[in-house]
Amino acid sequence: MTSPVITCLNDWLQTRLSDEHRQWLDDQLNKILAANSDRALHITLGLIPRKFGRADLNLTTAELNQAASARANWAPTHWTVDTAARIYILSHLAARDSAKFGDTITDLCRNADLAEAIALYSGLALYPQTDTIDKQIGEGLRTNMRAVFEAIAHHNPYPAEHFDENRWNHMVLKALFIDSTLAPIQGLDDRANAELATILCDYAHERWAAGRVVTPELWRCVGPFATGAMLDDLQRVSESEVPQEKHAALLALSTCPEPRAADILNKHPEIKSAIADGRITWNALD
Amino acid sequence: MMFIDPHAHMISRTTDDYEAMAASGVVAVIEPAFWVGQPRTHVGTYIDYLSAIIGFERFRAGQFGIRHYCTVGLNSKEANNEDLAEAVMEILPRFALKEGVVAIGEIGYDEQTELEDRYFRLQLDLAKELDLPVMIHTPHRDKKRGTSRSMDVCEEHGMDPAKIIVDHNNEETVREVLDRGYWAAFSIYPSTKMGNARMVDILAEYGAERIMVDSACDWGISEPLGVAKTAKLALERGIPEEHVKLVCYQNALSAYGQSGQMHEDDWLNPAAIDQRTVFEGNSILRGGREPLVQDAAVKRNANNLIIE
Repeated sequence: MTSPVITCLNDWLQTRLSDEHRQWLDDQLNKILAANSDRALHITLGLIPRKFGRADLNLTTAELNQAASARANWAPTHWTVDTAARIYILSHLAARDSAKFGDTITDLCRNADLAEAIALYSGLALYPQTDTIDKQIGEGLRTNMRAVFEAIAHHNPYPAEHFDENRWNHMVLKALFIDSTLAPIQGLDDRANAELATILCDYAHERWAAGRVVTPELWRCVGPFATGAMLDDLQRVSESEVPQEKHAALLALSTCPEPRAADILNKHPEIKSAIADGRITWNALD
Repeated sequence: MMFIDPHAHMISRTTDDYEAMAASGVVAVIEPAFWVGQPRTHVGTYIDYLSAIIGFERFRAGQFGIRHYCTVGLNSKEANNEDLAEAVMEILPRFALKEGVVAIGEIGYDEQTELEDRYFRLQLDLAKELDLPVMIHTPHRDKKRGTSRSMDVCEEHGMDPAKIIVDHNNEETVREVLDRGYWAAFSIYPSTKMGNARMVDILAEYGAERIMVDSACDWGISEPLGVAKTAKLALERGIPEEHVKLVCYQNALSAYGQSGQMHEDDWLNPAAIDQRTVFEGNSILRGGREPLVQDAAVKRNANNLIIE
């Protein structure tokens, strides 16, 4: 039986590819499934962007809803046509032999070009979970290429569902370190933890010591676990002249159970009420 | 004026070179797979090298607003290590269709041994199967005969000269290469290959059709500004601007563009996905942000004390 994910990919490609290209993709899929070696797979994955181009997939709201019902929290908002076609092929391989699939993904990641690496990691939430893939994700997170890192970290349900606390915390910290953003990380608030709050405050102090700017988003993961000196940090930022910084500190404090947090928040009644009625949010920090 | 350097081993160069190239007008480079100075003895190091030039080096160039392309192949020196060569031939097909691969190359002869001949021919067949252009490295020694022989072999394999770039030409090889219908590239590389004053004389004599200039900059004493400096010298010495544009930009684009992997839009009007990934959203070429370009002479002056 065809999985709901494969049905989604099939439907989206159907409306975006010419009949000739659609036919070619299925002919290649049959060749790959019948072959004893990976040669047909490598050639097909290489030819997909050469034939189909690399336009954004631009899914409609209905299609995004279809994605989320096929696989919880699946949000392929930033996918391109070639990514969808590549994942379509890979999903069939995963369905056929989930144990071998881990080796296939690892092998493909090792020789991937930039767009291919992005495609492979964007599909993580759709693959059977194996230790082999888990190790490969560790490799992916160690990349210096921001777009590859973001393929794992952003709009991807996999990290919140599977990362242990250490890997999660380092993903968040690295996102800040490489000038990426936190808002697109799924489960950011649910996975906040005391250890991460401590790490992030230390990082903010390092930045301040070096005379560098601290991204306001950082405080989002600090708020719920802020105590003692961390509240001093939030108070300091709440007095910033920069509106984004001020708003971020107060947003963070609004999630903090400490009585002192409420005291600081009460000094800024206008912003407090803007937060309460949703005019200031992490997604609209300005 | 915009330039393309169609032969530059950027993996061996520093960020200063990228900055200087971008400042001189280089918008795109082609990085041929080559011999890295120290012989590779395992296919694994070859795989990692090819992965680096299709992956991280491409990304690194993007940080300076330079589009990076590459060619993949087994070079002539390492073709003499038969065990390695066999293993590399096995893995080449998986790299040949990666994004930004514009040719099979640089391939050809070094000492014109039997093994070099064998793997040159096998790679010509691969290029033909995958419909990719070929970049030929002509030998340093016994160059003239090695160049003729390279073209003879291409013709034996039914290759179309219009899809083959014969590189490292000089005064002695250029006429035959052009007469036989191939693209003739010249590496402006101090001491061993071409100088740019000699290059200007060649342009004055042969015109600009099917001729291109590159730096071939690598781990040796070489000049990443070879293309820009040649263009400037040629203009100063009266070569028509449209000829300079052909040999320092358009001919490389026309020849390697036959791969379908290299388009002027890649740097003039990058696709949304490239802006997000290769250029990390830095619209360097569209004036959106200060380019990561700083005068190397200023930065590398030890009296310029502040590092931030």
